[in-house]
Amino acid sequence: MQFLSDNSDLLWSAFLTTLSLAVVSGVCALVLGTVLAGMRVSPVPPLRGLATFYVEVFRNTPLTVVFFFLAFGIVQIDLQFPSRFITAVAALSLYTAAFVCEALRSGINAVPPGQAEAARALGLTFGQSLRQVVLPQAFRTVVPPLGNVWIALAKNTSIAAGFAVTDLTAALQRLANANADQLLSVFAAVVAGYLVITLPSAWLIRVVENRVAIVR
Amino acid sequence: MSSTVLFDLPGPRARRRQRIGTVVGALVIVALVGLALYRLYANGQLEGDRWAVLFDPASGVPQALGEGLLNTLSVAAVGMVLATLLGALLAVGRLSDHRWVRIPVGVLIEFFRAVPLLILILFCLLFLPTVGVPMTAFRALVLGLTLYNMAVLAEIFRAGILSVDRGQREAAFALGMRKTQVMTLVLLPQAVRRMLPVLVAQLVVLLKDSSLGFIVSYLELLRTARSLVEFFNFSFGNRYTFQLYVAAGLIYIIVNVLLSQLAKYVEKRTRRSAKAAAVDDVELPADVQMGGGGGTVTKA
Repeated sequence: MQFLSDNSDLLWSAFLTTLSLAVVSGVCALVLGTVLAGMRVSPVPPLRGLATFYVEVFRNTPLTVVFFFLAFGIVQIDLQFPSRFITAVAALSLYTAAFVCEALRSGINAVPPGQAEAARALGLTFGQSLRQVVLPQAFRTVVPPLGNVWIALAKNTSIAAGFAVTDLTAALQRLANANADQLLSVFAAVVAGYLVITLPSAWLIRVVENRVAIVR
Repeated sequence: MSSTVLFDLPGPRARRRQRIGTVVGALVIVALVGLALYRLYANGQLEGDRWAVLFDPASGVPQALGEGLLNTLSVAAVGMVLATLLGALLAVGRLSDHRWVRIPVGVLIEFFRAVPLLILILFCLLFLPTVGVPMTAFRALVLGLTLYNMAVLAEIFRAGILSVDRGQREAAFALGMRKTQVMTLVLLPQAVRRMLPVLVAQLVVLLKDSSLGFIVSYLELLRTARSLVEFFNFSFGNRYTFQLYVAAGLIYIIVNVLLSQLAKYVEKRTRRSAKAAAVDDVELPADVQMGGGGGTVTKA
């Protein structure tokens, strides 16, 4: 315990880094993923193709490789992110957006066709029926899968440690190297840090799900 | 729902708008790609001999990349076999009639799904040697991948076992089989067969996760590319950096797309064969596809 309180500053700032990585990338991924999902069901074929291409590429690329490219590859086209943190946010958002899109699309598919038909019959345009009829229901059905994507994202932030972001995992590596005799408490503290993010999220997802669920 | 319900078949005006949109969109994309290519060209990244090094055996690059791929695949293969066996075992445990088996197994599964995969790998690498278990990067990576994936697969198998028609179980009991016999002779074989496409799809996730070996310095594909870059940097400067990274990324994408196709093919085969009436939904949930630790909310 003495050991943990000695390093509480490092652990606390590492925890905040992990949390803000997860939150910022989560929001970006949600926005980008929603746009992608809209593209995938849109009437314009090139948009559909582009979104499908995006999802397939990112689904089949390891997150580590995405990180890698943004950290070391894009320098070659004269782009550079202002900080390591933003590189990590970009990698996590781009990667996660593909899965947000997949989760949302499954939600869109779960909306009964009759709803969309009725919207069409009322004369709503594609954009209107998507925004006012289909997407609101889709979002409510996909609360659990989207929540799970967010939890997976929170765990995936650990990869940022490999790219010089001082998050919980990086703190783990640093403390473990310096305190070989305290390994177990180091691991316990860091795992607890992740659980503090994921377990309440899981609980919150269940609450929200129960509140907004659509009875079909 | 087919997406066509969302919009009518386009009429002449809508078609014209779509064509304009298509052209404008295409122009924007072409412009962006062109700009990227131009920057690459201006930096000399498109020169032929920079790319030729990837295919030139004399440089040792194709061999090294091949070896890296082999290392990646062997981690994935060993991890997959172990995770499948342990996952089946845990699934059976979680369905056990005895509470003292069911509850600890459930806790075990939830724990390994809740901890980030990288932390599991680091735990194996750093902690296990201190209690006398000899560790290498390979072992730590395989062990971490196994622990995480067995937990995910256990849930998948459980769904598979539960999806086998009730009558099968009842008939087996009526024939006088014991619980173990019902599970190993009747339920598990059918569950595994039904879940075969999912198993192949999970292999893609595992293969992606094996790139975490990069962080623990296991010489898998990505780390190989990195060390080649460092090696070349020593004698030629930054000359081949971009090409090597692109190559590593492309190899991952190609192998994984091939595996995904295999999963789809297997799914079609299982669906066609009458013996193993495939379950409807064999897509892995989006969060499981993300790797590195799926979500923790299990469906009721």
